[in-house]
Amino acid sequence: MHKNKSNTILDFKKSQVETALKQSIKNLDSYTHLRGESLYVDDVNIRQGTFHAVVFDSPKAHGKIKHVDYSKAEALEGVERIFTYKDIPGKNQIGGIIPDEPLFAENEVHFCGMPIALIVAETEFIARQARELIKIEIEELPVITTAKQAKAKGSFINAPRTFSLGDTEKAFANCTYVFEGETFSNGQEHLYIEAQGAYAEPLENGNIKITSSTQGPTAVQKTVAQVLGVSMHKIEVDVTRLGGGFGGKEDQATPWAVMAALGTFHLNQSVKLILNRHDDLRMTGKRHPYESIYKIGLSKDLKILAYEAEFLQNSGAAADLSPAIAERTLFHATNSYFVPNVTTTVLSCKTNLPPNTAFRGFGGPQGMFVIESAIAKAAHEIGVPAQKIQEINLLQENDTFSYGQIAKQVEAKNTWDSAKSIYHIETLEKEVEDFNKNHQNFKKGIALMPICFGISFTNTPMNHARALVHIYLDGSVGISTAAVEMGQGVNTKIMQIAAQVFSIPIEKIKIETTNTTRVANTSPSAASSTADLNGKATLKACNALLDRLKKVASEDFNVSEEHIELKDEFVYVNNEKSDLSWTELISKTMLKRVALTENAHYATPEIHFDKSKEKGHPFAYHVYGTAIITTTVDCTRGTYEFDAVKIVHDYGKSMNKAIDLGQVEGALAQGIGWMTMEEIAYNDEGKLLSNALSTYKVPDIFSVPKTVETVPLETSGHKLAILKSKAVGEPPLMYGIGAYFAIQNALKAFNPNYKLKFHAPMTPEKVLMGLYES
Amino acid sequence: MIQFILNNKIVKTAANSGMTLLDFVRYQQRLTGTKIGCREGDCGACTVLVGTLENDTINYQSITSCISPLGNAHGKHIVTVEGTNLSKKLTAVQLAMKDNYATQCGFCTPGFVVALTGFALSNSEKNYNHALDAISGNICRCTGYKSIEKAAQHVCDKLGNTDENSFNWLIENEFFPEYFKDIPKRLKNLKAKAIQQPKGKYVAGGTDLYVQQADNLVDNAVHLITEKDALKGINTNNGICTIGTNSTVSDLWNHHEINHYFPNLKKHLKLVSSEQIRNMASFGGNLVNASPIGDMTIFFLALNSEITILNDNGTERHLALKNFYKDYKKFDLNEGELLKTIRFKLPTPHSFFNFEKVSKRTHLDIASVNSAILLSVENSMILEAHVSIGGVAAIPKYLHDTSRFLTGKPLTAETILEANEILQNEISPISDVRGSSDYKRLLARQLFFAHFTELFPKQFTLNDFVQHA
Repeated sequence: MHKNKSNTILDFKKSQVETALKQSIKNLDSYTHLRGESLYVDDVNIRQGTFHAVVFDSPKAHGKIKHVDYSKAEALEGVERIFTYKDIPGKNQIGGIIPDEPLFAENEVHFCGMPIALIVAETEFIARQARELIKIEIEELPVITTAKQAKAKGSFINAPRTFSLGDTEKAFANCTYVFEGETFSNGQEHLYIEAQGAYAEPLENGNIKITSSTQGPTAVQKTVAQVLGVSMHKIEVDVTRLGGGFGGKEDQATPWAVMAALGTFHLNQSVKLILNRHDDLRMTGKRHPYESIYKIGLSKDLKILAYEAEFLQNSGAAADLSPAIAERTLFHATNSYFVPNVTTTVLSCKTNLPPNTAFRGFGGPQGMFVIESAIAKAAHEIGVPAQKIQEINLLQENDTFSYGQIAKQVEAKNTWDSAKSIYHIETLEKEVEDFNKNHQNFKKGIALMPICFGISFTNTPMNHARALVHIYLDGSVGISTAAVEMGQGVNTKIMQIAAQVFSIPIEKIKIETTNTTRVANTSPSAASSTADLNGKATLKACNALLDRLKKVASEDFNVSEEHIELKDEFVYVNNEKSDLSWTELISKTMLKRVALTENAHYATPEIHFDKSKEKGHPFAYHVYGTAIITTTVDCTRGTYEFDAVKIVHDYGKSMNKAIDLGQVEGALAQGIGWMTMEEIAYNDEGKLLSNALSTYKVPDIFSVPKTVETVPLETSGHKLAILKSKAVGEPPLMYGIGAYFAIQNALKAFNPNYKLKFHAPMTPEKVLMGLYES
Repeated sequence: MIQFILNNKIVKTAANSGMTLLDFVRYQQRLTGTKIGCREGDCGACTVLVGTLENDTINYQSITSCISPLGNAHGKHIVTVEGTNLSKKLTAVQLAMKDNYATQCGFCTPGFVVALTGFALSNSEKNYNHALDAISGNICRCTGYKSIEKAAQHVCDKLGNTDENSFNWLIENEFFPEYFKDIPKRLKNLKAKAIQQPKGKYVAGGTDLYVQQADNLVDNAVHLITEKDALKGINTNNGICTIGTNSTVSDLWNHHEINHYFPNLKKHLKLVSSEQIRNMASFGGNLVNASPIGDMTIFFLALNSEITILNDNGTERHLALKNFYKDYKKFDLNEGELLKTIRFKLPTPHSFFNFEKVSKRTHLDIASVNSAILLSVENSMILEAHVSIGGVAAIPKYLHDTSRFLTGKPLTAETILEANEILQNEISPISDVRGSSDYKRLLARQLFFAHFTELFPKQFTLNDFVQHA
């Protein structure tokens, strides 16, 4: 009876989801995507005489450059010029947060793949051949590849950061259970299918236009200006769209754009630099590997009373975004649990790997993996299911996060309970238990994964955006914002906002490229906040225009403005349709010399954070959700499949359920990939071994979960979310963490001697070794 | 002069035949819908269709253009995503993708569209699993594939579960434009004579060579051999199967009779590579690549195959495949010699064949360890045994000692456990990016056991071989 009822709920929810999907506006860009007509950097028409560039990079992870012989390369026919740090007119510096990263190595190299020179030639092929002819002598220095080694040698990017709440020392003394342990989570390659690249063209007066595949056009503009020693207004950066970013093009799209611009600066010719896949994999940073230790204390009734963790972040050879990523690890160190006594510390460890960088989740997933490991360990030792500890400790309204923010509109318990009841957890657990009783070659495992993720750039000053909205004479609309479209559907969402405010069809609206001359001084498209920030700015601009239009109409009809409404391309007066159409209204407005352009600025209210105290209210709001993951492990071969992932996700009031669902499903697959098959390998000399798509595997169509069900949690949304539709880019990635624990539970079912390990990813190798360890 | 039809246009070019088809369509023809993701055949963003005239019809196959030499397009119909576009609306495949939100950043999208269009054009039964096979070589980093699966299902629904839809039906139902109708006639009229093959590196499908040394190939003379008739065909005669080394994995996949002899053939071959690669990869190439983990090499080793080697003066010599490999990437082939055929005895009712492969990702990945076995069993006695294993030695390994040991032994758990001890002495795995040596040793054992639990499920379970199962 109970089961039937629950299935009815699920069927009902499913049909609701289906209907919502059908009603969602289709992705604005899908038409040209599907026809191969969307333009990415490498597709933009190039000017006659364009040169092509290839980067010459360090073959060694650490050392002094004794000598570089470019003579043979320079002599190769078709090679135009080779640029090094000596050719930099401004500063040889690209570091964003800390100025610790040169564009080109000068006297020392700090990682394999560190750029040393730029070879500019008639074709990319010639440039690549020239690269083979460069001879370099490096006096090698000791190489650090792991965070632990760096810590032992005192090699850090900056000072450690610590968040604390309550008094852990006292609290541990009162705990019935205390467990300690260590964890490791590996890096992750972004593997945007479009590799990094930029195209620079000379304009008049030494001005340069750069088409870049970047999430941060302003960062590119600023850095180019700094390296070339020119003012920012001489540099225009344009972004059509990205073939995937995932954080990898937030900071690390910059060097390639700067190099192309440097070539253009000197040669007064267009220069194109598109990294080939091997170069991209070798030269760019990835998600940070973390080595962590934890200590968790619980009361008799399984309340987590105290939690301590030390996170060693493998930052690579320069700061890049590491300090900000480290900070977010602390923000999310307790995931969606309330812990009254917390001390967490993060150390950004300087190593000889490429500077690691932003990747969907931005340090949050690394922090969450540790507390989930601690809970799994405690559950195993105490002899209770991890779910029990997870459930008892879920965050509640008005609980305090370790950074001082008071939790409001908390949906942790709501998503958890909804997931359990909608998907009927008891039945799922029983199925796993029965299966394991009846099968010896295969074992199933199940895990629950709640998530809580804060929305906003944690660096408060970055939370702003602008929109420039033009209504043209004929009533069509052009919108420029700082948002970069990289597959997340932000163009569609922004278009929806304008279509809704003006009540005009979407065909009348165009979303322009992201361009620094139209929208300046922007934050990157990152932190899941792009639609919120740029959407709110668009909303503000559209509303300002709407007010003006209403005023014109009210004068025309001689009524006050509150009696005017714009609906379906017509003016409504006192709820009645008039003869005045949208297009005519625009003409009238023009004749009255009223501006049809608006430039709006939005800055998130309420947020603040004081780094000296490590307390504040850094997030506009939090996103919640719960996933149930089931896996089947092949105990002969050590391979695994995911049977199903069942999710209840807090979208708020989703403004486009289909696009948001796509974000959930895509992030989930990426999270599972990080936790399972995606394995970055460097050797002790700091050379990347997983240096091609043949050795670095991301999920393919056969390896994603067979079933993914996602039910939206019905909530009121949040006022700081655009149209109350919550940010969705990053949070669902962390559902993937559950994959690790589901597999581990299956391992336990097969091998009673198996000792818990928290060393991600859980590759088939680790599974097989675990199945047969004694 | 290389001649072919590119979408709706006849192309004649003096470009180097070793240039990749990808570079030609993108940079010389400005068809930028074909994307560059990896240049290794591992992502599918550059998928195009190759139509080959067979009598009066055209057989279309999807390939990754990044590792395909331009010369192999000679006399063919090459279709890029632009060539599938209708003038002002989306095709049935594109619409299925749009309606199911199967595009996000859009970069992998054209590859999926072309691969699914290839599926619609193919002769295979139009079911969902076949549709997934068709896009098995396409990586999408954004969607998590669930929306793409739905799109694939919609394409199947639209096609109906028929084996073959006529060109006319597909055109009427907006799978691709009208001009496809005239392609067979136009290809015939093209009368593309065989292009002069210069002296240079022999290249067949190119799927390994172009991954390893594309830059050397595009700039130097290559001798393309895919069209050499002497190297084509799969024949069975008197219980012997003879496979021309130019045959592709797909040729074997589609071979009715071979599928009858090897009922699990498709399951095995699906582990080898994606459909795009199967459509290009030749057996000869796989054998002379001499990779210690070459899947098809391991496959043929266990079949106790014999190879025929053709000298450029026309003489032939024969050799057991198991004696072909000498050391890492060293094998018994002289300058000017080509592999001509692979021959093996077809299975009898007493034969049992199995292929196992484990890699980080089950599909479209290189094995950590792979293994194949052929047993002849009568009255619970092993009359003949051939076991091969890859990834655990410098060469793709035929396990001489293990095979010898098994021969003449009763088919019991004791025999198998003892044989594993011998196997473990015959292998010498090293630690690398595909796994530690300890792992490969364990995996070798497990896959060896798996052969028996797969082939004799009523007789053996995992329990018979390992402790705590």
